Amino acid sequence: MTDEDESKRHEVAPPVWTDEQLKRRRQRNLAIAWTLAGLMLLFFIVTIVKLGGNVANRPI
Amino acid sequence: MSDRAISKQEFDRRVLHEGGMGSARDFFALLKPRVMSLVIFTAFVGLVVAPGAIHPVIAFTALLCIAVGAGASGALNMWYDADIDAKMARTAGRPIPQGRVTPGEAAGFGSILSVFSVMTMGVLVNWVAASLLAFTIFFYLVVYTMWLKRSTSQNIVIGGAAGAFPPMIGWAAVTSSLAIEPLVLFLIIFMWTPPHFWALALYRSDDYEKVGVPMLPVVAGEAETRRQILIYSLLLVPVTLLPAALGFAGPLYAGATAALGAGFLWLAFGLWRSRRGAAQDKAAKRLFGYSILYLFLVFSLLLAEKAFGIAAFSAIPLL
Repeated sequence: MTDEDESKRHEVAPPVWTDEQLKRRRQRNLAIAWTLAGLMLLFFIVTIVKLGGNVANRPI
Repeated sequence: MSDRAISKQEFDRRVLHEGGMGSARDFFALLKPRVMSLVIFTAFVGLVVAPGAIHPVIAFTALLCIAVGAGASGALNMWYDADIDAKMARTAGRPIPQGRVTPGEAAGFGSILSVFSVMTMGVLVNWVAASLLAFTIFFYLVVYTMWLKRSTSQNIVIGGAAGAFPPMIGWAAVTSSLAIEPLVLFLIIFMWTPPHFWALALYRSDDYEKVGVPMLPVVAGEAETRRQILIYSLLLVPVTLLPAALGFAGPLYAGATAALGAGFLWLAFGLWRSRRGAAQDKAAKRLFGYSILYLFLVFSLLLAEKAFGIAAFSAIPLL
């Protein structure tokens, strides 16, 4: 048995994702993206709310 | 390009591991949205009745954090209980037993949301509310799910505290402190949980017996469960009248809650008198359904009195 045969003997077939799995992963990624965008917007708005009137109080 | 080169699509197919079948909807189901809705509502009442002002955006943020934190603990609960969920009819359709989400994915999802909800609450609202939220998640996951649920028939009595914390968190979001009033709101949900949950356990006792969860009907029998439901119902009704007795709810609340409480006692008494079989199941289902409406209406009354300026929540100091 050659070295190449030996290495093939231990080779495990890589798991293969179906089209359906890839589609669902894309949906999940989009959901995460929207959530993160929403979180970013929330932090921005709350920052403005907490600054209140002081938001315009800066030297020009 | 060597022979070993593969396309991007082929790479995607190969690098992916076990799992990955869950849709965004499956992950949303992990948050137990129906339980979450009652949590949001009771937290909202705690937030609205608290004395002092809160900016609507901060109030929205607090409720969002409470909702996500509650959902996260639900996901962690489903991760830990996946083995028994698969064997019970009520829970077999959940995403993990169905194989659409792996336990590891649920654990990661729940953990990340827990940390995010607590940190966001702390940074954007206040750290008292954040600490209470963190404690609630810990209590539900570790004290109830991991410890009490499979070890004692009093699991939902003590574990019910986790579901009773939200109005306290809502109150703390406004005041950064606690007082007698939110403790009374806590007590109402705490006393409501046993009759509510045991009514469900009565007509689902076969499920719990199959998986070895020592729910009261499984351990102490159905007659004892019916008796305990009646006892807790008798304790619950006076507790719901405490807001009026302590002077922070008005006559509208007192009258309507007394009438609702009479209805609760009537159904609990009917269940106590029933005997094993279809009649008991029917009585238990009626009490279970009514208990949800009851809690919703009791808290709605507090909300209505606050809106009409009848209630006078003034933060009675704890000490």
